[in-house]
Formats: sequence, structure tokens, C-alpha cells
Amino acid sequence: MNDLWNQIELVSEWLSASAQWHGDDGIPHRLLQHLHYSGLSLLFAALIGLAFGLLVGHTGRGGFLVASLANIARAVPTIGLILLVVTVAGLGVTPVLVALTALAIPPILVNTFEGIRGVDADAKDAAQGMGMTGWGVLWRVEAPMALPLILLGLRTAAIQIVATATIAAYPGLGGLGRYIVDGLARNDYELVIGGTVVVVVLAVVVQLVFALLRRLVVSRGLLGSSRPS
Amino acid sequence: MITFEGVTKRYPDGTVALDDVSLECPTGRITVFVGTSGGGKTTALRTINRMVEPTGGRVLIDGRDVLERKSSELRRGIGYVIQHAGLFPHRTIEDNIATVPYLLRWNRKKARDTAHELMERVGLEPGMAKRYPFQLSGGQQQRVGVARALAADPPIMLMDEPFSAVDPVVRHELQEEFLRLQAELHKTIVFVTHDIDEAIKLGDRIAVFRTGGRLVQVASPEDILARPADDFVAGFIGHDRGIRRLSFIPATDAPLTERSVLAADAPVADARAAGDEWTLVIDADRRPLGWASAEVLPASGTVGDARLAPIGHTFDIEGDSVRAALDAAILSPSGRAVGVDGAGRLVGVADQADLSATITAAVAAEAAEAEAVSAGAAAGAAADGADPKDAGSGDRPAAGADGGGG
Amino acid sequence: MEIDWGWIGEHVPDLTDRGVIHLRLSLLPVVFGLVISLPLGVLCRRFGWLYPPTLTIANVLYAIPSLALYMVFIQYTGVNASTVMIPLTLYSLSVLVPNVVDGLGSVPDPVRQAATAMGFGTLRRLVQVELPIAVPVVIAGVRVASVSSISLVSVGQLIGQGGLGYDIIRGFQLDFPTQILAGSLLIIVLALVVDAILVLVQRLLTPWARARGRTA
Repeated sequence: MNDLWNQIELVSEWLSASAQWHGDDGIPHRLLQHLHYSGLSLLFAALIGLAFGLLVGHTGRGGFLVASLANIARAVPTIGLILLVVTVAGLGVTPVLVALTALAIPPILVNTFEGIRGVDADAKDAAQGMGMTGWGVLWRVEAPMALPLILLGLRTAAIQIVATATIAAYPGLGGLGRYIVDGLARNDYELVIGGTVVVVVLAVVVQLVFALLRRLVVSRGLLGSSRPS
Repeated sequence: MITFEGVTKRYPDGTVALDDVSLECPTGRITVFVGTSGGGKTTALRTINRMVEPTGGRVLIDGRDVLERKSSELRRGIGYVIQHAGLFPHRTIEDNIATVPYLLRWNRKKARDTAHELMERVGLEPGMAKRYPFQLSGGQQQRVGVARALAADPPIMLMDEPFSAVDPVVRHELQEEFLRLQAELHKTIVFVTHDIDEAIKLGDRIAVFRTGGRLVQVASPEDILARPADDFVAGFIGHDRGIRRLSFIPATDAPLTERSVLAADAPVADARAAGDEWTLVIDADRRPLGWASAEVLPASGTVGDARLAPIGHTFDIEGDSVRAALDAAILSPSGRAVGVDGAGRLVGVADQADLSATITAAVAAEAAEAEAVSAGAAAGAAADGADPKDAGSGDRPAAGADGGGG
Repeated sequence: MEIDWGWIGEHVPDLTDRGVIHLRLSLLPVVFGLVISLPLGVLCRRFGWLYPPTLTIANVLYAIPSLALYMVFIQYTGVNASTVMIPLTLYSLSVLVPNVVDGLGSVPDPVRQAATAMGFGTLRRLVQVELPIAVPVVIAGVRVASVSSISLVSVGQLIGQGGLGYDIIRGFQLDFPTQILAGSLLIIVLALVVDAILVLVQRLLTPWARARGRTA
């Protein structure tokens, strides 16, 4: 217990030091960097993942390919991918963005595909029977009904990106991972644990944002039947 | 005998599923619980094996309160069949059937032998023993469900809409076989259905439940049709209950004649002499061949030379009811029904007027009987099922009362 | 990018050793996770109110970056295998608990009812009927958890416990892409082999579920 109390004290001291709130190594700047890498990667991944997921789910062709691709992608060690890209292409924001985007596509793609594919066949049938075109069915029926799963995919991707962006500090980029990596290198325990706390808070905030988004965007008719996730 | 004594089931939220239900389900008979959804019929069924425990009253099996017995032991002695069979997807057919024997710690060989025997009994190929439920059709799964319920030879069977989820043709088959099995096994059966036709076809006694868990009438199928206790029951059994009642008047009562019946080798002149528009042509074995219209009779030769109109369907005077006879008459080109014996040989022909006279007489006799009963019995017993005809419900028409419909 | 095949040829024994360590580091946590998830899932299923908070906790844990979680545990365990395995065990819960709960939920209601009506007690029903029927869904969860765990372990190399992650970090430090690639590809291969083995295990355990795979 004593141990824990010491840690809390340490962290709060670190957080309240004015140095943490100003300059290039301050929390606001590091947080912005972190959000910059994460946000851009998520955006690219979402554009690609959603487009292909909707297409494959709607046409029903290529499902097996998507599933196998996602399976392999899940097995790719994130740190290996980032370090390989940086080693080959040199240090920079772009290689890291490419790696993060590549990691985030599979969960979005698979969940979108599964969501669209899982839409009740009767609902699609009825939509077609009422004269909707293929696009109409996709936008008015399939996409809204698949929304809970699509959001789940986006959330998984966001969490992975935010977590993996921490590792981007290792080859020398900025972001919140800097505190942990630098702290480890300098044996500065205060720095490590302080950075960890900030990263954990960010991860929880991302979770909350998606929980809120789910409430706002998904039709209440769909939330009733699906379990909370 | 299963006895309900003032059984009430009230849920904590105040809804009443069963409201003071009292009735008896006699040993070796089929008692059908029928009614609208929410009428409490399934709840009533489930109080028997303690899947539901009443909040008031008692359920007795052979005089003993079911609550006195340990629920798992009680249930192992009661067969249970439900709508979607509820087969264990991870067990083979034989192991599904042997479930209760395994629970009762029979040795494996005996349990499997019993399972194989039962498979044959319910009409399943022995080759299916090692298959899994997903490899069977709905009807076959339901047969497995029945076999599984019979495995430990329980004296009581509870069946909750067992045939509701299969198509009408298969349902008809399953019902027939169910009656055949029951004729051999004489189980005490409680059967829940929302289908009044099924209730009438299968039940020795019918208990009609109404929304709010109230039991409104218990009687034999004939009595329910003849004398529904109130408007609810009358509405439930439908406006064609008059026609349905004909199912309970045996065809043996129908007057049969041999008018205008000729052998195939009879000369055409005989047919003309009779002067009827239609002549029934039979072969040397008295099997009906077809109807010959006066218009198609050849100028000379035998009646068998004429182009015959098909009989349609005949009725079996031993097994069928007046309803089947009437149906045969309506569908026949001549307007007359052909009655045959079990071997398909002609017994006689009845026309619609004859049948109608039979019906009038039968209904009048029944009404007179009912009057005598109600004059004799003081009052009130009607709903509680002291049914004078119950003991004789063996004279219920045999399976297939609906004639050749299936 | 040039691949130095000679290096790979010389280092097969080293890579094999680290591959074995890698599997141990990544799969033991899944086993522990399953040991925790089964009773937890059964409880969540039985007491419905327990599920949402359990799931939220598991999800929040999953959202914490592995590097950060390793740092937290260093304070308690020092640097050894358990520093990496405890966080990985916690991660696996976010996949395994929902799958155990869903697996038990996949038992059709008539089946559960039929079991009760034939005189199965609660425990016997759970062991003989519900858990066997839950196996396909549970194994699906074990597959996801195993593959994620195998790929995630490599980050542990930042605190010196990463199996094949060693080759990724070492290759980066030496500016030697071949080693990074060798480590990464071996990790992918290990993950896919483990996945395939689990598929096989499921086939053997649940011959009765094959129809689902076909229709799904």
C-alpha cells in the first residue's frame, strides 16, 4: 500500500511540475503529436477499410479473402512493422503513418464486412421489394444496421493505433511514448510512470468517446437487441 | 392420474399465469390443454414436472404432491417433448435418445440397445444412430425427441406443442404415428397445443384455457363441439364446429344401398334399364372401378366398355366417420359416396340426402342424451369434467377420421 | 532492401530457441486467461448484472498500451517473464470472457429446457450440455487471443522479455533489416501455425458443429 501511495505522490508531483505543461517536451505538445499520428492514421485506415468493407459486404464477393487477410494482419507484430519501415525508409512521420494505417485497416475492414453481411436477409429483401436500388439498400438499410459493428471496428482500430503510436517513440518520433522510452533509457522512473499514466488516461478517453458515439449515432431500435460491448 | 387441485401461479409482478385450476388427467389417456397464447396451458403443463412451481394449490401424481419429490428424480420419470425437439446438438442420435438412461446409470450397452429399439419404434432408420441432429430433417428430429422422452419408459409424457414446427404433411404423419404408439404404450399424456383441430384429433379429453390462466371447460372432444361451455370456447373451436362434430358419428350409421351398382361385364342394357344418370362399375372382386355416366354408355356391349369417370376417394365404413363419407359424396361426380371395407371391396353407396338424414338423427339422439344427463346430474359438474362418456372414449373414431385428405 | 540469406542460415538454432521462448511467453497467458474466463463467464451468464462491469474493466485493460502496462508491472514483479505474461493474460480476458458468455448464450433455449426437464441438475447441465455446446465459440476466442498474444509479446523486448522480439529490436539497433524481417515473419508464421492447430482441435472436438461452418 505504501508503495502505491509513493507512486501516486510521485506521479502527481510530476504532473504538477510546470515544466510538464510547456515547451516541446511538455504534455500538451506530446499529446498533440500523439493525436496527430493517431488521428491521421485512423482517418486513412477508415477511408480504406470502410470502402472495401462496404463493397465486399454488399456484393458478398471476396469474403474469404478478407477473412484470411485479417487473420494474417492480426499476426503481424506491430513493433516489427514500424521498425522495419523506419529502417528501410528512414525516420519520419510518413513511414510511421503508413505502418499505423496498415495495422488499423483489418479491424475496420472485417467488422464492416461482417456487419453488412450479417444484416437480416429479410430486411434486404423487403428493401429491394419496395424498389430500392443497390445503393439505396446499402445506405438506408445495410449501413445503418451494420453501424454497431462498424463502430466496434473503428474503436478497436483507434485503440490499437493509440497504443501502437506509443512505440513510435522508440525509433525516435514524438508522442506520449517519448516519456516511457526516455525514462527507460535514463533510468528515470518518475518519467516512465508519469508518461504511463497519461497514456492510460488517453486510452480510457478513447473508449469513452466511442461509447458516447455509439449512443449518439446508432439507432435505438438496434441497441435494444445487441448486448453492450 | 395427474390431479390439479386449485393450482394458481402468480408471478411477483402480479401477472397471473394460472388461476385456480382444478382438473384430472386420467391414467393411460391423452389430455390436451388447448387455448389462446397466454392462456397458461404451457405453465400448467410445466407445473407437473416442477419446471414451474405453483404459488397456490397442489399438483398430485397418483395422489402424491410433486413438490414432495426431488425435482431431478421426478423429471427423470416424466418424458418431455417440446416444439423444437431441443435435441443436444453435440450428441449423436443414439446418445440423445439414451440421455435419461445414462442419467439413471444404466449400463451403456443396455442404454444404447434401448435407443436402437426406440428408433425403430418411432420410424427412424437404424443407420441414423451415429448421426448428429443437424443432419436430420425437422420431422426426423421430432421423432428423436419423442424417442428420447420414451427412453426410460416413463408412465407420464408431457408434450408441449411437439408437432407445431413442422409442415402440415409431416405433422399429419407424426400425429398418426403418435396415436399408433399410444395405442401400444398407454402412457398418461398431457399434450399442449394451440391448434383446436389437433386437440380434437388427439385428445381423449380436452381442457380449454383462456387468457388469465383460467380453465373454462374440460370435456371429451365430442362434448366440446356439441356443447361449448361459453362463447369463448365456441369462438375458439370456430364456426365450422358443426362440420367437425360429424367426425364423431361413425360411418357405419350411414344407410348404404346397392342401387345402380353393376359389374363390369353386365350388359349396357341393364344400366339403361335402371334409368339412373350414373352407374357405379365394379370388378369381379367387388372393387369399384369408376362411375359411368348415361351419356358415355356405348350403344351395346358391357358397362365396362364405357369411359369411366374416376371414383375420387372412397370411405372406409369401419374406420371413417360420416364427415369422411359426406366429403366423399361431395367430391364424387355422381354426388354419391362409395363405402368400402378394409380390403377396399364395395359395401354400398350413400347419397347426400341419406347422409344428411343420418346426421339429423344422430344429432337429435345426442341432444336427447345430453338432456337426460343434465336432468340427472344436479349442477356445476360440467366444467369439472365428470363426463359420462369419458370412460367410453374408446369409441372415438380411429385415426384418419378426416378421410383420404392426407 | 537486401536480404542477407547467409545470416539467416547461420542463425537458425538461435531463432528456433527464441521461437520456443516466444511461444511460451505468449501462449501461457492465453491458458491462464482461459482458466480465469471460464468461471468468470459462467458467473456473468448466471448473474447478468455482473457482465457489463466485467466487460468494461476488461475493455479498459485492453485499451492500455502494452508498453505502459509492462511499466506498471515492473514495479511489482521486477523484470522477468511474468512482467510480460500478466499483462498479456489481462488482454486475453477482453476476448475470452465475451466469447465464453456468448458461447454459453449460443445454447438454444429448447436444449436447455429439455435438459432441465430430463432431470439434469444445474452443474451437470453446465458440464455435460452447455459447455460442450459453447466449445466452438470459445475456441474462436482462443484463436483470436492466441494470435494477438503471439504478435504482442514482441513489444516486451523493450524491457528485455520478447522472444523473437529480440530480433526486431536488435535488427533496428544494428540497422539490419534482414533480422527485423526474419523475426517478424517467424512471428507471423508461428501465429498462423498455432491458429491452424486450433482449427484442427476444434474440428476434432466438435464433429457435430461442422454444418455451421458450412452455412456460416
